Amino acid sequence: MQIEVKFAGFGGQGILSAGKFLAEAGLHEGKEVVWIPSYGPEMRGGTAYCTVVVSDHAIGSPVINNPAHLIAMNRPSLEKFAPTVKPKGIIIVNCSLIPITSNRTDVTEVLVPCNQVAIELGNPKGANMVALGAYAACSKVVALDVLEAIVRHEFEKKPAFIDENIAALRRGAEIAVEKVESLR
Amino acid sequence: MRAGAIHYFAYPITPQTEVAEYLARRMPEVGGVFLQAESEVAASNMIFGAASAGVRVFTTSSSPGISLMSEAMSYIAAAELPAVFVNIVRNGPGLGGILPSQGDYFQATRGGGHGDYRLLVLAPSSVQETVEHVMLAFDLADKYRNPVMVLGDGLIGQMMEPVDFSSVPTPHPPDKSSWATTGCKSRKPYLIKTLFLDPQQSEEHNRKLAAKYDEMRKHEVRFEKYNIDNDCKVVIVAFGTAARVCKTAVDELKRNGLRVGLFRPISLFPFPYEPLHEISETGTVHALLVVEMNTGQMIDDVRLAVADRKPIAFYGRQGGMVPSPEEVLGEIHQLI
Repeated sequence: MQIEVKFAGFGGQGILSAGKFLAEAGLHEGKEVVWIPSYGPEMRGGTAYCTVVVSDHAIGSPVINNPAHLIAMNRPSLEKFAPTVKPKGIIIVNCSLIPITSNRTDVTEVLVPCNQVAIELGNPKGANMVALGAYAACSKVVALDVLEAIVRHEFEKKPAFIDENIAALRRGAEIAVEKVESLR
Repeated sequence: MRAGAIHYFAYPITPQTEVAEYLARRMPEVGGVFLQAESEVAASNMIFGAASAGVRVFTTSSSPGISLMSEAMSYIAAAELPAVFVNIVRNGPGLGGILPSQGDYFQATRGGGHGDYRLLVLAPSSVQETVEHVMLAFDLADKYRNPVMVLGDGLIGQMMEPVDFSSVPTPHPPDKSSWATTGCKSRKPYLIKTLFLDPQQSEEHNRKLAAKYDEMRKHEVRFEKYNIDNDCKVVIVAFGTAARVCKTAVDELKRNGLRVGLFRPISLFPFPYEPLHEISETGTVHALLVVEMNTGQMIDDVRLAVADRKPIAFYGRQGGMVPSPEEVLGEIHQLI
């Protein structure tokens, strides 16, 4: 079993961090993981994306053209990567910033207002964590409590950020569960 | 640092500046030296000096930076000094770009700098293996008193993977008191030099180096066989990141009942000519496919190993493009 997920958005949205948290959670659960950043001549505010592979076996090619899952945090990311998602995949759409949908009928598409939720929680930078929580709840690639443990560990030296990021993860997960149930 | 190497001289260049960034913080904590030189030429000559003094010393750079360091590499090889160079290859030629490539295969395996010398070259294909190779590189550099290169690429340089350090043996630097220039109070001075104006002496020195490279050819050949068995129809030959991509293709072919294996050279110098030759002579093998992130460099060594006895196909991507498993599958289906 191998899952590839692409996190995509613009620089500053915490795309690379969210991917790293997922990879670390996978590692914590005893899986093989690879985290690959997009790297290239980018500018601040330019596109940013990373791919995380979580697998039960050794990971071969780290280059993934067709991910199983996509988390799109801005419109260009959805437009660019939604067509590449494998059939039966999952697309999380940050509908706070993306006024369109993918038009795919062969995937589970979950609209989560990540920025709005983050602002409501008083943590406007936490939109990435809302998306990550929503993704974990939809995909079950890693357990939510493992992600929470990773957040605690990552923010060990900045404890003020722990609770607000865990709250963002949980709220994202709740919204995703509600949305997925309403899709059924 | 785990290898006892706490002297590092470098100049930043994408896609491996994270190494310098990390070491800038860590070296002072362990009583080591981190020095960002004014150029790669300066950094590599600092390595020449530090290696002469017998300390474990290394640098990390990427293709254009390695070109600038190649002059000192030639001197270090000529002076028979141990040092480790890590090249996280980016696409060239010229300034090129910052994305992954394997375009420095010739430069690494054919010397790079001037004169008749060789680097011992190790090509990891994962982050775990990179750690293992760096450890091994220091031991091999000391063993042969020769520069060793770890040849990665931008993808290996940028991605994160779990690493198990407990499985990596910790190297132990040997005693270098018989040659290291550490100050000659109460002993006779040692001389480290690369100038041999007398042609007889120079020839003798060249032959001494050549004998050392022959020893490497005997003892330091490293490779991996993946899914290669007695009824392989096609053998893919690839190293580093390209090999990893090919493994995914081989797994897919296996699921479909197709007999295709992968031969992955790990030491690029010395190249595993004999093991590859033996595999290519297997009766069922009717073709080989070389996959590289360049326009065809290692294929020359594959030809030397296989000679003209089996057809050798090539698939390459360049300019920072990485081949996909699907592309490799397409090439294989043309051969089967």
